[in-house]
Amino acid sequence: MPDFSSVRRRIFAPQARDGALRMAIWAAAGILFACAAWLMLDVAVRGAAGLDWRFLVDEPARAGRAGGIGPILVSTGLILAVAIAVAAPLGLAAAIFLAEFLPSGSRFAAWTSISLDVLAGIPSIVFGLFGNAFFSVWLGMGFSILSGGLTLACMILPLLIRTAEHGLRMVPDEWRHGAAALGMSRFSSVWRIVLPAAGPAVTAGLLLGLGRATAETAALVFTSGYVDRMPSSLLDSGRALSLHIYDLAMNVAGGDRNAYASALVLLLFLIVVNGLAMSFSDYLLRKRIAA
Amino acid sequence: MTLGPKDEAAGEGAAGYTVGPMLAGPECCTPEPVIGVRGLAVSYAGVPALKHVDLDIYKGCVTALIGPSGCGKSTFLSSLNRLTDLVAGCRVAGRIEVDGVDIHGPDVDVQALRRKVGMIFQKPNPFPLSIHRNLDMPLREHGVRSRDERESRIRAALSDVGLWEEVADRLDEPALSLSGGQQQRLCIARALVLQPSILLMDEPCSALDPLSAETVEKMIVGLRGRYTVVVVTHNLAQARRIANFAAFFWVRDRAGALIEFDTCQRLFEAPAHDLTAAYVTGRSG
Ligand SMILES: Nc1ncnc2c1ncn2[C@@H]1O[C@H](COP(=O)(O)OP(=O)(O)OP(=O)(O)O)[C@@H](O)[C@H]1O
Ligand SMILES: [Mg+2]
Repeated sequence: MPDFSSVRRRIFAPQARDGALRMAIWAAAGILFACAAWLMLDVAVRGAAGLDWRFLVDEPARAGRAGGIGPILVSTGLILAVAIAVAAPLGLAAAIFLAEFLPSGSRFAAWTSISLDVLAGIPSIVFGLFGNAFFSVWLGMGFSILSGGLTLACMILPLLIRTAEHGLRMVPDEWRHGAAALGMSRFSSVWRIVLPAAGPAVTAGLLLGLGRATAETAALVFTSGYVDRMPSSLLDSGRALSLHIYDLAMNVAGGDRNAYASALVLLLFLIVVNGLAMSFSDYLLRKRIAA
Repeated sequence: MTLGPKDEAAGEGAAGYTVGPMLAGPECCTPEPVIGVRGLAVSYAGVPALKHVDLDIYKGCVTALIGPSGCGKSTFLSSLNRLTDLVAGCRVAGRIEVDGVDIHGPDVDVQALRRKVGMIFQKPNPFPLSIHRNLDMPLREHGVRSRDERESRIRAALSDVGLWEEVADRLDEPALSLSGGQQQRLCIARALVLQPSILLMDEPCSALDPLSAETVEKMIVGLRGRYTVVVVTHNLAQARRIANFAAFFWVRDRAGALIEFDTCQRLFEAPAHDLTAAYVTGRSG
């Protein structure tokens, strides 16, 4: 920790102001922490009541008031699988192109970068409308897991490209030069050296994207739909977990208990995914320091 | 190219600097050029870094490039294996021949050129892979299919740099777990494993502690005769210890230029140019 105390003293000369500032900072942090803790505890306590093994495998009954979330977990898994299966290779390819092959500072690079930032900032409901118009209607997929997964893929693509590109750019040029000086092709240099070195960062980005997709509701309302039966193919409609929670809480009287239980499942999954993402970036950081 | 008379070396004996092998053995003092550079000019984003360089590099000899910082030594070196291609905005003009072939010719295979002309960097840059894979990958890349051949070449290269004894039982450990000096020797082995005929070294010892630097320096001396070595060094004593020939670069008109090229001995003891004399005696640069 650098010692800024002398600077701080000069800026906030009166001791009282220093104390007030410190209190404000602690209060802000405390309020944030309390909010998060309260929210999680609330979901955990109320959700745990309805959560058991049967809940995870049973079909929902009476519009979700009773029964479990078996088919919904399956639909969620399929939607996420479609989204990642499409977005991961596309995102990685785009990131490799941007970081390794496009000369930095070119106009094309600048435009791509701006477009990515704009895309990343678009509200997910807009992606939902686009997905409905493009995948469901224009490509004729209807309300389906495929349509929902592809919409989510579009939504998380900017995030995946950005994180992977950043990870690739963190790889020191020395290795690229070393590979080139050994007469290795550009392709092998990227594939065998740069990409493995950027692996943890790329994976962390993928997990963040997965988390974002899992938490998504708005983009799925018009694309994968509400049907809560067990899907028999990717062209069936399937209800995602987040949508199930939304529906139970908003449209089904007496659905609170199962809404909370479902929310707890979603929360636990997100905690695991984000925890993995964090430990990966941690790992990367430690490796960089060691190297 | 005539060689300095022997008694000059004898007079220098007190200081401990000789160019012994060059005067003693015929194999590295036959001035047979393998690299011919004519009218080389290099610029970065339009700013010239090197101008009008004419230089021959002789087969089996160690040629040292010396000169102050920023005079274009590294630039010269990386134009010899076309590593300058990797730098956006870098333009190379002039003619460079390696074994009589223009390396900027239309049907030159750059990968084959770099296989023949190996390069070692200032900062050791082993790949973040195992020791073994660092050497195995370039061999696979260049289509050495036979596992036995790869293994024997890896072993030979590691022995050449004196690393075999040290790492034989830990070939699967990460290369980054080696010490700095070991890493640099691994990088040299990685270049040797491809059996190049020419080695370019950009200040190979300057990032190392004195002991490792000495080991690497001894190793370079061991390569003399078998390989053509071009080495950039800021360490003038080192240049005198290891090099047969020396080239002195200087910044002239805001661009690097070759001022003088001669046998190492004469460049240090009887330089033709005032700038060289001032630099090698430590009065400038
Ligand atoms: N990648 C680059 N982009 C732009 N300019 C460069 C680049 N590399 C080198 N230069 C410039 O070219 C000139 C020569 O640089 P070079 O690295 O060849 O010098 P050097 O003799 O190797 O110096 P040093 O002894 O410090 O390594 C310098 O003015 C430098 O600023
Ligand atoms: Mg240099």
